Amino acid sequence: MEPPPSERARAALDSARAPDARKAAQVFVAQVGRDAAFQLEACVHCGLCAEACHFHLVTGDPRYTPVYKLWPMIKAYQRERAPFASLKRLLGVAPPESTAQALADWSELLYDSCNLCGRCTLACPMGIDIAGLVRQAREGMSAAGFAPPDLYEAAGRALETGSAMGVRWPALKRQIELQEKDTGLKVPVDVEGADYLVVLSSMEIIGFAEIIGALARIFHRAGVSWTLPSAGFEATNVGVQIGSREVAAVLLSRIVDAAERLKVKYVISPECGHAYSALRWEGPNLIGRPYSFKVVQIVELLDQLVREGRLRTRGKDARRLTFHDPCQIVRRGGVSQAPRRLMDGVSGRFVEMPASGAASFCCGGGGGVSAIHRAEKLRFAAFECKKRQVDATGAEALVTSCSNCRNVLEEAIEQYGMTLPVLGLTELVAQYLEPERPRP
Amino acid sequence: MTPTDLLELARGPALWASLAVLVLGSLWRVAAIWRLGAAPDLSEPRSTRLLAGAMRGIFGRMIPRKEIGRSGRLGALNGYLYHVGLAVIVFGYLPHIGFIERLAGLAWPPLPGPVVYFAVGLTFVALFIALMERLADPVRRLLSGFDDYFSWFVVILPCATGMIAINVSYPAGAAPPPLDPLPLAIHLLSAELLFVWLPFGKLAHAFLVLASRGVTGAALERKGAAL
Repeated sequence: MEPPPSERARAALDSARAPDARKAAQVFVAQVGRDAAFQLEACVHCGLCAEACHFHLVTGDPRYTPVYKLWPMIKAYQRERAPFASLKRLLGVAPPESTAQALADWSELLYDSCNLCGRCTLACPMGIDIAGLVRQAREGMSAAGFAPPDLYEAAGRALETGSAMGVRWPALKRQIELQEKDTGLKVPVDVEGADYLVVLSSMEIIGFAEIIGALARIFHRAGVSWTLPSAGFEATNVGVQIGSREVAAVLLSRIVDAAERLKVKYVISPECGHAYSALRWEGPNLIGRPYSFKVVQIVELLDQLVREGRLRTRGKDARRLTFHDPCQIVRRGGVSQAPRRLMDGVSGRFVEMPASGAASFCCGGGGGVSAIHRAEKLRFAAFECKKRQVDATGAEALVTSCSNCRNVLEEAIEQYGMTLPVLGLTELVAQYLEPERPRP
Repeated sequence: MTPTDLLELARGPALWASLAVLVLGSLWRVAAIWRLGAAPDLSEPRSTRLLAGAMRGIFGRMIPRKEIGRSGRLGALNGYLYHVGLAVIVFGYLPHIGFIERLAGLAWPPLPGPVVYFAVGLTFVALFIALMERLADPVRRLLSGFDDYFSWFVVILPCATGMIAINVSYPAGAAPPPLDPLPLAIHLLSAELLFVWLPFGKLAHAFLVLASRGVTGAALERKGAAL
């Protein structure tokens, strides 16, 4: 009898304790299906992807060329699965298998220096989804013990506590109580039959809990039926970041269980880029079936409520504001116009960064990089590209719709001695809600 | 073996053998990739216009995004030069059209000779710039291996041998004399080397690029993401 998914996920993490290059090669090869193979086979080694990667741009290090980060997976594929692999092995011209030492060295390239931001995908003239392939290559690295220790620990913590940061229900309950006191509104918890289920990222719960109050005010004003779950409230998915389908599926299934238990129609993906990627796009494939509910990104929902006239704002922020595009929501997720319409609604002086939208630079912390302690110096260096974009706007405040971006931006801004507040878009909208009319 | 014998070999058995390798090798490569299969995507699509996405992927990627890759633009421009140059040489030069007509029964009006000769010169320069970039640029040097350099060689070789083959002087206004069989045989054999190598190395991007751009275009369109 097959063990339950949570035990399989735990076993997958445990088995990764002893680094195993052969296992890495096997998992690399198993990742390469038809679409990935067409892409890997089409690379002409033009190097144009390097021009898109902030890690390469700031360091000049050719090893940070995005497609080069895939080398171990490409070599394993060419050796074992590519069309002429048998012939090449027979002739002795197949690439040698990567050693454990080489893969340990490669961990920096596939994790520390890649945010899965997808700017390289946009740049590739051959149409290779390099970021998507790095996500797949991480499966091999994590299964075989070559992922960063910080991410293994975070994954273990997420399996055990429900959150990569160890946030449990009592901590969220306390934050809810504080927000209820602050707003005078009741935050619905475990309400069966609500239309919308709100899930949060631990970063929001710990660092930006005002989002709960903001949502309460917005949904109260728009007349939205919603609830938070006491179990399955964590939206971030470290399984996707480390590259472990087993871990990712378990974490994702907790949200699915909550949504199905409470019979909601929609699950709201919060202000977290990778949560959106995990919940909206990877989720059904991780659990092996379509959802019984729809997933909507919070910014999409707010935009919809405004356009339907259910949500009205009054007044505008007078500061010069600019918007940081979270990669997984905008470039990779297709939610690009909604945040701009919302910005226009609450900002009198909204100014776009150069190369904003799909081609914008990552904050440097996506893809799990912000959780990798050893990558901190490189992450701050990579922020230089974002800094140039921000500086060009002369903005007095930076707005974004991802709590991880927000945290990473705040840290980098402090590191660079900048004096720029970073605001959450949902909170900004809540701040400019039209005052409630007294009921007749 | 006389030069005439060599030319007969190049025009006959060697040509057919190389074309067989080209066609069968290419089919094998595509079929072997195709049979790897693809799992269905169970997420709810934002867009179902996947064919349109694939087409946008295929054609849209012909033009680099202006926001990305400032220093890569010379390389991108150079890439256009030798791709267009090679297309002009292969499909615009009268003897090549005659060659294709004998093989496939298809023909079209040729480009004027000077245009083709200009394209040859431009292609030569562009290919050498590409090689210099590959050797001098740390990124390209790191990415490059035998396939890159050998593929470059088998592309430039027919260009060079072709120029040598037609390098015959004759009085102005007179009809050009028949080509010398030895250089012509070498030119044909060098083109046949390209045919034989194409399915196995990176030159197969000539057809794989369509699949690569297409699957990515469709996948990104499905999400409503930037193409």
